[in-house]
Amino acid sequence: MDSTFIIEKSVVILVVFGITMLMAMYSTWAERKVAAYLQDRVGPNRAGWGGLFQPLADGLKLFAKEEFSPNTPNQFLFKVGPGIAMATALMTSAVIPWGDRFHLFGRDILLQATDINVGILYIIGIVSIGVYGIMIGGWASNNKFSLIGAVRASSQMVSYEVAMGLSIVALLMMTGTLSLKEITVQQSGMNWNVFYQPISFLIFLICAFAETNRTPFDLAECETELIGGYHTEYSSMRMGFYLFAEYANMFVSSTVLAVLFFGGYNYPGMSWVVENWGVNFANVLGIGALFIKLCGFIFFFMWVRWTIPRFRYDQLMHLGWRILIPLSIINIMITGVVLLRGEIFAYLGL
Amino acid sequence: MSIQEISLSGRKKVVSNKEMTFVERMYLIAIFKGLGITIKHFFRKKATIHYPEQVREFSPVYRGQHMLKRDEQGRENCTACGLCALSCPAEAITMVAAERKADEKHLYREEKYASIYEINMLRCIFCGLCEEACPKDAIYLTISKELVPASYNREDFIFGKDKLVMPLEMAVKNTQLKNAN
Repeated sequence: MDSTFIIEKSVVILVVFGITMLMAMYSTWAERKVAAYLQDRVGPNRAGWGGLFQPLADGLKLFAKEEFSPNTPNQFLFKVGPGIAMATALMTSAVIPWGDRFHLFGRDILLQATDINVGILYIIGIVSIGVYGIMIGGWASNNKFSLIGAVRASSQMVSYEVAMGLSIVALLMMTGTLSLKEITVQQSGMNWNVFYQPISFLIFLICAFAETNRTPFDLAECETELIGGYHTEYSSMRMGFYLFAEYANMFVSSTVLAVLFFGGYNYPGMSWVVENWGVNFANVLGIGALFIKLCGFIFFFMWVRWTIPRFRYDQLMHLGWRILIPLSIINIMITGVVLLRGEIFAYLGL
Repeated sequence: MSIQEISLSGRKKVVSNKEMTFVERMYLIAIFKGLGITIKHFFRKKATIHYPEQVREFSPVYRGQHMLKRDEQGRENCTACGLCALSCPAEAITMVAAERKADEKHLYREEKYASIYEINMLRCIFCGLCEEACPKDAIYLTISKELVPASYNREDFIFGKDKLVMPLEMAVKNTQLKNAN
């Protein structure tokens, strides 16, 4: 392995890490702005132009706060919980193709930390580990409300992972690959998967809301019932990590939605741009297209938060187990029938 | 027409407990309707008043801090009849009456005057009943936009004559204005 390869990958990883942090930071600002605008207010507007320095001020405040920890026997777990939540939130972005490839310094630079052939499984696996951060934090807090919040979060995530996985199965039957890079390449032009698998998209979208603990699935931290849920006992930057991890998760979920169903970095006329204006320029536009798509999803996440009230717990379980899972299984069967229609017709002698 | 059918606002809806249809039970249409309503608010004019830069407009019938008036010759109008204190629903006004000396004719208009006149600004509700009760046009609620300043001591909110009586210069100026007109 040559050293330039390592440098190239390190740069890509650092840039992706930085962008994820930046997006998570500014998601907090965007959330407050969107919330305010949807409620006929103007939101934060004092720190910098339009309140743009608000996330910096918030971060600084969280760093400066006293790091309180409750009288719990699990000090180690209490400290490790936010770390797990943050680490898993950041790890998911490793397999996402941010663009095709730049041609710089006489070599092709892939805009992806790693193109493993089980990309989707990797994402689902890491997201499943994310629940440990919440569970451990809630458990180690030595507080009833934290524990209830953590139990709710974990049971909700476990339930919705099933539907999420099944909804992707229908998509994978069509694409025939688990690599996110190849799935993106297959959707070149306007050949987006959402037009072929709308039900799969809908189920995945609903599950993404549940996996990121966002309204209407924010039972884990519903203020009216559980104070702060699993992060009730946390303060200072440890709580900041939990909140940050939630926004990083939202960013990654939006990206996965854009990559799987909305063509990733593809945009109409990309091949024309490659021929006429060069690969690098086409890629810059592609990254822009991906960011427009994922910012649209982030906005949608926030828009829904201020529209739909929270589910009751039994409604949540009803929706997950008795509607979404059967629906995704039916979707898989229909997809299978459509894919194998030639063989079926031949078997029936038509 | 029975009482159930009357709708003064014209927006009355009779709530029914009927079984929802399959489409209604999917909630998707209702959710999209809700999203439509919230996005309309996104583009609506904001109700916020950016306080230090913008100040909310005062109402034309705004009642500000009290003032004990002087007449054209700079004499205090108040005769300490106590009607304002009697009419005050919050019991914020207290006063002590005194008799005017011969050499104080230029200070007080009537033979009796208020030697102490106090309004407790913590009790006052700015209803304006004292102004209505006053037979001598002595007390007025001004349109001054100065609010009662904050303080740590309750005593600071009891405004005596030093803060209530109209400054002499103002009375002089008013007289000049009146004569000019």
